[in-house]
Amino acid sequence: MSAGHSYDAEAYWKANLRLIFGSLIVWALVSYGFAILLRPMLAGIPIGGTDLGFWFAQQGSILTFIALIFHYAWRMNKIDEKFGVHEE
Amino acid sequence: MSQFAINIIFVGGSFLLYIAIAIWAKAGSTSDFYVAGGGVHPITNGAAIGADWMSAASFISMAGLIAAGGYANSTFLMGWTGGYVLLAMLLAPYLRKFGKFTVPEFIGDRFYSKNARLVAVICLIVASVTYVIGQMAGAGVAFSRFLEVDSTVGLMIAAVVVFIYAVMGGMKGITYTQVAQYCVLIIAYTIPAVFISLQLTGNPIPGLGLFSTHVDSGMPILSKLNQVITDLGFNEYTADIDNKLNMVLFTLSLMIGTAGLPHVIIRFFTVPKVADARWSAGWALVFIALLYLTAPAVASMARLNLMTTIYPDGTSAEPIQYDERPNWIKEWEVTGLIQFTDKNEDGRIQLYNDSEAFAPTAEARGWNGNELVVNRDILVLANPEIANLPGWVIGLIAAGGLAAALSTAAGLLLAISSAVSHDLIKGSINPAISEKGELLAARISMAVAIVVATWLGANPPGFAAQVVALAFGIAAASLFPALMMGIFSKRVNNKGAIAGMLTGLAFTLAYIFVYKGWLFIPGTNNLADTPENWVLGISPLSIGAVGAIVNFAVAFIVSNATEEPPVEIQELVESVRYPRGAGQATDH
Repeated sequence: MSAGHSYDAEAYWKANLRLIFGSLIVWALVSYGFAILLRPMLAGIPIGGTDLGFWFAQQGSILTFIALIFHYAWRMNKIDEKFGVHEE
Repeated sequence: MSQFAINIIFVGGSFLLYIAIAIWAKAGSTSDFYVAGGGVHPITNGAAIGADWMSAASFISMAGLIAAGGYANSTFLMGWTGGYVLLAMLLAPYLRKFGKFTVPEFIGDRFYSKNARLVAVICLIVASVTYVIGQMAGAGVAFSRFLEVDSTVGLMIAAVVVFIYAVMGGMKGITYTQVAQYCVLIIAYTIPAVFISLQLTGNPIPGLGLFSTHVDSGMPILSKLNQVITDLGFNEYTADIDNKLNMVLFTLSLMIGTAGLPHVIIRFFTVPKVADARWSAGWALVFIALLYLTAPAVASMARLNLMTTIYPDGTSAEPIQYDERPNWIKEWEVTGLIQFTDKNEDGRIQLYNDSEAFAPTAEARGWNGNELVVNRDILVLANPEIANLPGWVIGLIAAGGLAAALSTAAGLLLAISSAVSHDLIKGSINPAISEKGELLAARISMAVAIVVATWLGANPPGFAAQVVALAFGIAAASLFPALMMGIFSKRVNNKGAIAGMLTGLAFTLAYIFVYKGWLFIPGTNNLADTPENWVLGISPLSIGAVGAIVNFAVAFIVSNATEEPPVEIQELVESVRYPRGAGQATDH
C-alpha cells in the first residue's frame, strides 16, 4: 500500500478524522454534557416527572449513540467510494 | 404443573437448543475456531455481540444498581453503551482490516515486539478471567434459585453445556449459540417489563412507561417514586449529585473499558468486510439498547412495586405483617438474599432508610431500625413474582439469566483460549505447529479455561464484585490506548507502547489496591475506601480513565524520545487505515 496507489490517501484519512471528531463531540455532549455536567442548565425542561438531563442520562444518550454509529457507517461508506478505497 | 417443572422445561429446552446449534456448527479449521470462518453477516454478528456483551451484570445486576442509586447510577447505562461509538470509529474497522485472529497479535505486529504481545496477553487473560468468574457465579445463583439444585451442581451443568458448544464449535459454534441466547435473554427481559409497565402506567413499552403517568396516583411515575421513597428517608430517585468529576470519570472508564475488552473486539473479526465491521457495531448497539432502554424502567418500577408491597396502604400507614408477606419474599429468604429481623418486635416489616435525618420520624413511629435487607441482584429475577406474573414468565427469566451468563462466559473463554493457543503456543513456544495441532491446542486450552473458570465460580474469591471493576480498569488503561495509538499514530514505537501499557496498568492497579487492598487481600489497604480519602474525589472504580490518559502520555513521550518505527511498520499502519483489500481474517 505504500507506493503507486491511485487514491489520495492523505485526504481520505483526513476526511475520516474529521468525521470521527465531529461524531465524538456529539458523543461527549449528550453524555458528559447534557446528562451530567450541563444537567442543572436543562433542569427547567420537564419530562415525565423529571428533567431533560435525567432523560439523556437514562435513554437519550443511548439513542444518540445508535444514530451516531449508523451515521458514521453510512458516511464512511460514501467516503470509501469517493476515494476509491472501498472493498470490491 | 409445578413452578419447578416449568423452570426445568424452559432452561432444559434452551440448553438443548444450544447443543443442537453446536452440533450443526462444528469448527473444521483454525479460521472457523477463531473467527467463525470470517463470513458472519453484520446483523447476525450484531446480535451475537449483544449476547456476548450483555452478561449476568447487565441482565441480573444492572437494573438493581439503578433502582438503588437512581440517577447517579445512570453511569452504567451510558458507560456500557457509549463504548460502542469508540469501537465503531476508533478500533473495529481497522482491526478488521488488519485481519488476524487475536488482539495481542495486532499489538505484537504493530509494535514489532514479542514483549508487547506478551504484555497484551497478560492483560487480556487477567481482564477476561476476572470477568468470567462473575458469569459463572451468576449462573450458579440462577441455578440454585430456580432449579433448586446446589449452586455447585448448577455450575457443573452450566460448564458442561458451555464445554460442548465452545470446545466443539469454537467461534463458529459460539456465534450461532449467542444469537439464540440473545433471543432468549431479550424475550425474557422484555416480557415481564411489558406486563409491569402495563400494570403501573398502561403503556406497553416500558421505556416510554418510565416517563408516563402512574395509573393509581395520577402522578408521573417518577414523581410518585420520589414521593414514596423520600417519605421513608431515602434520597430522591432523580436527584442530581455533587461529585460530577467522579461521575464523568466513572462513565468514561466504563466506555473505554468496554471498547478495550478483547472478547468484544474479536467478534468484529468474524465479518467479511471492513464496512460490515462498522455496520455490526451499529446493530450491536441496537440489540443492546433494546435491553438498556428497558432496564431503567424495570429499575424504577420494581423499586416502586417493592415499596407498595411493603406499604400497601401508603407510606403513612403501617407496613404489612411479616406473617402475611407474599410468597416471593418467603422463597428468596431461603436463599439468604432477602433477610428480615423484627427489630422492634411488632410483627411488621419496616423498610426505610436508617439515616440520621430520618431518625426522629422513625422514633416517632416506633421503628427500631430497618428490618428488611433485599440484595439488589435479585430485583430482575424476582420481578415477575413481585408483579404476580404467571409461572411461565418466571421460567423464562431463569432461562434468560442463564443465557446472559453463558453467552458472555463463552465469549470470554474463547478470548482466553485463543490468546493461549495462538499468541503463546503458536506465537512464542512452538511457531512450527501445524494447523491441526493448533486447533487441538485451542480446544485443550478452552477446556482448561472452562475448568479453571468453573472452579473459581464455585469458590469465588471474596472480592468478586471488585474484580469486575479491575477488568474494566485493565482494559481501559492498557489495551484500549495501545490499540488506538497503533492505528492513529505512526510515530508510537515499541518502547513507547510497552512503557505506556505498563505505566497505565501499574498506575491503575496501584490506585485500586491502595483503597481495596493489595491483590485485594483484606486489611492491606493503605487508606479506607471512602469518598473523603479519594484523590480529588475520584473513586478507585473510576481510575481506569485516568490510567488510559497516563498510558497515552507516557507512550508519546517515550516514543518521541526514541527512534521512529521502521518503514514497514509505518506501511502497516497505512494499510489498516484503508478498507480496500481486507479479505478474510487469516493466519498470515
